[in-house]
Amino acid sequence: MVGGSYLPPTGTVFHMTFTLFAEQLLNGLQFGVMLFLMSAGLTLVFGVMGLINLAHGSLYMVGAFAAAAVAAATGSFVLALMASLAAAAAAGAIIELTIIRRLYNRDHLDQVLATFALILIFSEGTRWIFGSFPLFLDVPQALSGPITLPGGIEYPLYRLAIIGIGLGVATGLFAMINRTSVGIRIRAGEADREMIAALGVDIAKLYTFVFALGAALAGFAGALVGAIQSVQVGMGEPVLILAFVVIVIGGIGSIKGALVGALLVGMTDTLGRFLLPQMLGWILEPSSAISIGSAVSSMSIYILMAGVLIYRPQGLYGSG
Amino acid sequence: MTDIILQARGLQKSFGALRVTDDVSLEVRSGEIHALIGPNGAGKSTLVQQLTGHLESDAGQVALCGQDVTSLGPVERAAKGLGRTFQISALAMENSVLQNVVLGALGRRGGVFRFFAPVMKDRALLDVANNALARVGLRAQAKVRTSDLSHGQRRQLEVAVALTQSPKAFLMDEPMAGLGLEGAGQMIDLLRKLRAEAPILLIEHDMDAVFALADRISVLVYGKIIATGAPEDIRRNREIQLAYLGKEAEL
Amino acid sequence: MRREHIINLVTLAVLVVVPLGAWVLDEPFIITLATRAVIFAIAGVGLNLALGQGGLVSLGHAAFFGIGGYAMGILASHAQAYAPLMEWPFLIEGTKSMPIIWLVAVVSSALAALAIGALSLRTSGVYFIMITLAFGQMIYYFAISWPAYGGEDGLVVYVRNGFPGLNTLDPIQFFGLCFCVLCIVLWAMSRVQNSAFGLALASARQNPVRVQSVGIDPYRLRLVAFTLSGAITGLSGALFADLNRFVSPTMLSWQMSGEIMVFIIIGGVARLFGPVIGAMIFILLEHVLGGVSEFWHIYLGALLLMIVLFAKGGVIGALAGREVAHD
Repeated sequence: MVGGSYLPPTGTVFHMTFTLFAEQLLNGLQFGVMLFLMSAGLTLVFGVMGLINLAHGSLYMVGAFAAAAVAAATGSFVLALMASLAAAAAAGAIIELTIIRRLYNRDHLDQVLATFALILIFSEGTRWIFGSFPLFLDVPQALSGPITLPGGIEYPLYRLAIIGIGLGVATGLFAMINRTSVGIRIRAGEADREMIAALGVDIAKLYTFVFALGAALAGFAGALVGAIQSVQVGMGEPVLILAFVVIVIGGIGSIKGALVGALLVGMTDTLGRFLLPQMLGWILEPSSAISIGSAVSSMSIYILMAGVLIYRPQGLYGSG
Repeated sequence: MTDIILQARGLQKSFGALRVTDDVSLEVRSGEIHALIGPNGAGKSTLVQQLTGHLESDAGQVALCGQDVTSLGPVERAAKGLGRTFQISALAMENSVLQNVVLGALGRRGGVFRFFAPVMKDRALLDVANNALARVGLRAQAKVRTSDLSHGQRRQLEVAVALTQSPKAFLMDEPMAGLGLEGAGQMIDLLRKLRAEAPILLIEHDMDAVFALADRISVLVYGKIIATGAPEDIRRNREIQLAYLGKEAEL
Repeated sequence: MRREHIINLVTLAVLVVVPLGAWVLDEPFIITLATRAVIFAIAGVGLNLALGQGGLVSLGHAAFFGIGGYAMGILASHAQAYAPLMEWPFLIEGTKSMPIIWLVAVVSSALAALAIGALSLRTSGVYFIMITLAFGQMIYYFAISWPAYGGEDGLVVYVRNGFPGLNTLDPIQFFGLCFCVLCIVLWAMSRVQNSAFGLALASARQNPVRVQSVGIDPYRLRLVAFTLSGAITGLSGALFADLNRFVSPTMLSWQMSGEIMVFIIIGGVARLFGPVIGAMIFILLEHVLGGVSEFWHIYLGALLLMIVLFAKGGVIGALAGREVAHD
């Protein structure tokens, strides 16, 4: 479901304490970091190739399923994570080489339809191989259980690790784009597609690389989240749509926008779910405060998006 | 004293540190063809967009028939009587030639939000449209799909659509571009007749056409108008600027 | 007569003959399938106004489909429980009358489309696609988490709503009613296509700058088109809910938006009868392939991919060729 299901239930809690609030902040951060991994690939693929890829959520699912299968076979979470990266990158490269590259010069409608078709194929194919029942990916032993943070905040160690890994990947991605020669080519591709051809860059290879990179990030996110959620067909699309919200807020093609947008969306969603029912509790009776609060807070990120659209239709970091 | 139809005063536009339009003032008087020339990168297309309202100016005013239109967008400026043609043909390519001119007539008359009456049977619109087509010599092509027109015919169609607006002033962005010798000749004849109807601000690279048509010429270099005057004055002045004008004239 | 007209007439004929044959042979299931196709076709015709004529790739039309469905579900569930929707400041009661339900469905989905369109149309291209998808998802989650009307489980209506002078419980009569609605919508759409509005809208799709330069604001055209489009899709949603006597958040899901778009693509974008043919083929595939394999969506996906990559004009495009400019 929506991002809220990443989180422990909060609706029944009516006393806001500092520790609880801090926990929600961390949850929001964790959610935002995962959304960033998802959005980064989408926004790169759009920025460099001008492609809208609905099947990005399928790559997220592929990563989660690969991790679950490898973890079940080997018992190793590290191997599972590596499998998620490899499987998603491979799936990304294969569809780029066979289908996606035929779409770069097509209009957005064709891109939407073809990648919608890919979702159908991926989802039903996965259901065929793995069945309709959800798989479970266990949090590794070393990271299970809570940890006590300064201030007496008890927080699940695994979630904290996700935040760390996610921020690490984000830093690495920024470094790659800003410092390495591949990054320079990617930025050149964003600025001007003809220019990179003039620079003598093999565009076809660059495109395959960028697409596989985005896919790997999505698959990785799928595996990390898969350990706190069930792994099932259809898990990718709700996250995909949230990633779209992130990109609309941040501005298409901007990695920085994706990071800011992801954190904004993660925080808004988490804190909205936590705070709105409580705030409504001051004016309504508890049961209706919870139900109305949860209904309204399910809309909070979209209201945020609407606000950005009114204020800056091209997104916070979009070029227009 | 002649009336000033289109007037720009002190227009400014910068992109970052780059000043693309630098204190540009110019006026188009009734009955004249006023040509705007200048080398590539002089800022002609930025200035055009400021005049049409596609680009907001940092400073300065634009007035149409004495009425300040600075704060208006392209739609409102068009409705106030600024008719234009585009450097790159802006036509509905899948539609027929006639449909393109009928759209122009519709824009002029209003009543876009009519959902049931067949627009291509609307006598009033068809009269305006056919008249405009006849004036540019496209009557016979009325039912042709626009994408099947030759390059020169598309230019003529652009002018026909502008005509349906019965504009107070024309703004024509390189109407000669890509036309052959014969096409350019026809276009020159057409524009010469049009000036009586409404004055034309002509942005053009083709120096032969400019000197054949223009009553006055303004020269734009690096975002500034460095000279405005009658063609013979500019031609004399031209020797001074031969360095770039000569190069342009060969283009 | 143009080829496309012949295709259109044949389509209508098939759509009438098949359920009539099924009625004679007493095969109510086939009548129900045909009714589904007709209702999906109406949804597609609605989307086609925005997508085909206006060039607005909306991935959020399930929102309007579902709002139409919920208009039916809410009104009918209140009527069957004899509980008014509200008593203050004035009394509103539920109803089991289709004409009233349709009116409410059309008005409420039009209002939703107006609001979503007003925001989304500030952008274009790929932003527009993402934003319509996101707003659709917003309404989906709202329906799930709003407990008053069934939440995730949806609403069941025990008896199909009534239409004056008809027995809507009889499958062939309900089919006939839906078919009439489709014909009226198609007729209205053909008028709109050839109207002043239709010309301006299609021109704005091809070249918005052209439309601006003759003094017409593309934003207003698109907003009106999007609103009308949402209203028609909303009407089909009310019929769909009535066919199933059930409405749930599934009607609001993004998959539904995708499916409505698929009808148009299979048949042919911007063709009047594109969504009709598309919906018929979709139902046929669902029925035939669904019987062969549980995983029939794989085949649907492959077919869709082939159409997009190799047969852009859909069925009508393949049979009738390039559209002739109408004069």
